[in-house]
Amino acid sequence: MLEIRNLHAGIDGKEILKGINLTVNKGEIHAIMGPNGSGKSTLAKVLAGHPQYEVTAGEILYEGRNLLEMSPDERARAGVFMAFQYPIEVPGVSNAQFLRLAYNEKRKHLGEEELDPLEFKDLLKERAKVVEMDASFMTRSVNEGFSGGEKKRNEILQMAVLEPKLAVLDETDSGLDIDALRVVAKGVNQLLTPNNAIIVVTHYQRLLNYIVPDFVHVLANGRIAREGGKELALELESKGYDWIKTADNGKGAVAPAQ
Amino acid sequence: MVTELVKSENSYQSAFREVRELSPAAPWLELVRNSAMDRFEQLGFPSVREEEWKYTNLATLAKQSFEPVTSAELLDVGDSSRFVYPESAGAHLVVVDGFLREDLSETSALGDVVATDLFGAVADARYNKLIRKYLARNAGYHNNGLTALNTAFLQSGVFVCIPKNVKLEAPLQITFIGGTANSATFPRVLLVAEENSSATLIENFVSSDEKRYFANAISEIVLKDGAHLEHYRLQRDSKKAFHVSTTSAELGRASRYETTSINLGAQLSRHDVSVVMDHEGAETSVDGLYMVDSDQHTDTHSVIDHKQPHCTSHQLYKGILDGNARAVFNGKIFVREGAQKTDAMQTNKNLLLSEKARVDTKPQLEIYADDVKCAHGAAVGQIEPEELFYLETRGIGPELGRSLLTYGFAEEVIAKIKLESIRTELDQIVLKQLHTSLET
Repeated sequence: MLEIRNLHAGIDGKEILKGINLTVNKGEIHAIMGPNGSGKSTLAKVLAGHPQYEVTAGEILYEGRNLLEMSPDERARAGVFMAFQYPIEVPGVSNAQFLRLAYNEKRKHLGEEELDPLEFKDLLKERAKVVEMDASFMTRSVNEGFSGGEKKRNEILQMAVLEPKLAVLDETDSGLDIDALRVVAKGVNQLLTPNNAIIVVTHYQRLLNYIVPDFVHVLANGRIAREGGKELALELESKGYDWIKTADNGKGAVAPAQ
Repeated sequence: MVTELVKSENSYQSAFREVRELSPAAPWLELVRNSAMDRFEQLGFPSVREEEWKYTNLATLAKQSFEPVTSAELLDVGDSSRFVYPESAGAHLVVVDGFLREDLSETSALGDVVATDLFGAVADARYNKLIRKYLARNAGYHNNGLTALNTAFLQSGVFVCIPKNVKLEAPLQITFIGGTANSATFPRVLLVAEENSSATLIENFVSSDEKRYFANAISEIVLKDGAHLEHYRLQRDSKKAFHVSTTSAELGRASRYETTSINLGAQLSRHDVSVVMDHEGAETSVDGLYMVDSDQHTDTHSVIDHKQPHCTSHQLYKGILDGNARAVFNGKIFVREGAQKTDAMQTNKNLLLSEKARVDTKPQLEIYADDVKCAHGAAVGQIEPEELFYLETRGIGPELGRSLLTYGFAEEVIAKIKLESIRTELDQIVLKQLHTSLET
């Protein structure tokens, strides 16, 4: 589904990703871990198409298409979704209006019929259960006045409505208390099917207790320094990141993929 | 330039003679009109040399010869009911070229509320004293050529009196239709809300088609103790028109005045809104939205005067500008000596959709009391790239995203409007201007 080859990218002329290789297949959950500044969030933003990040080398194939040639909204309509670390507030636009617009934009491009407000209301009610969100959130402005946890749940609600093929969750666990973390993780698990894939970007292992990854990739200094299964995340939890950095510096090479 | 100015004043002078012949008034009103005309001749149109008119140039208006409408001609304005909000079906007045048209008005739902021709009501013993007391009291003409001109041409207008303790259910709508090309018209309203009454007033300025004219309007609002008025003012004049207007309110003890002004139309519009709080415990909210494009110019000057303790004023004005449009916002809040426990808040936010649009905003706070809660602020910005990117990652393209964010910006003002049909209509107008549709 997704193939990242030798990706180099940065911002303001500063290179942050220095040769990332990653393959994601349908039905898989991948965790991208790493210390602050390792490039985790940059990778997420490059996948979503953030205009400030510049790709200087390498390529990304998404379902056989050149992802880097697609605009952010094209990517979204083609099934790429990013849950933001800091979701943006959209004052004056209700959650329901926003979601229906996004949903219908996608359907329009797929040549499918758009849903009217009443039809969409039913769909939204159904999907809101995934993240246990109250109906009152639908009439409120997007993310405005939401708590940190509510914003993250709202991201997963958007994911539930838009049904992406590839979801990138950027630090979705940051700022969540344990109850909210459970709700969010439970929602994400419900949304995983054999036909989609999830990339979880996280600093801590905590979230991975609930969203169990098939593969863990550890980034250090813009490269993948370690790869393994879910046990790698546990190892990081007990040892911290320092040994990765040391090991990376010592070897100066990328650990082989499994 | 000077000769042209004199010439245009002469055209007002000759029309003024007609007014006196056609509409002879009670001696006191005759005196008011005469001295107002004298003041206009002395002051003329405001010039950019005056601080309050620094950014709004009326030279074009002064130069052009507009013909004052001096009699209620039965001008065909088509079906005026198209301008009437359903909530006001039994409570609307239609004013064409400044003259109240009873034949187009419907007052069956007004009950004990008086809504009649202002000039006519002067001759009515029941209202004479009230009108004499309040007319030109809050919208004075001694320092302002425009209010002087309006006052001099007082021949019709609307007088509204909401009696003591009366709660008017239906919103009273006054629709001002600018119909005649090259006309100068002088719409005028005096509304007195007696003790503990409550009502909603909608002033709707529209045009039957896109003609060039000059509307010079004044609305004076008097709230007695405990009265409550919700006031919506919608200005959608022809985009070739000049619209200058004054709204002046004085608030009684523990009265509440909530007003929202929407400015969309006119080539050049200027709105002076003032609220004087000279009794304790009064509350006001003075909100507004201006949305202009191409070569439109809109100017709002507001004065909120806290003269007594325990009064509250909240003000939110938002502006959306596209094309070469230009907007001016000048908001003054005075907190006079002794006006303790004043709560005053003022915000002006502007969204520029083009490189060429321009806003001059100046919030001003003058405080002469020490135990007060006051804040003010102004902002001029553009669509935030991060917000746009967020929408894009949800499949909403940049063009639609910009519209959605602009719509959201306007909603902060529109959503506060309590009348659903006005809200819905404004939503549609905003979206139409943004060339997008978004069902709610």
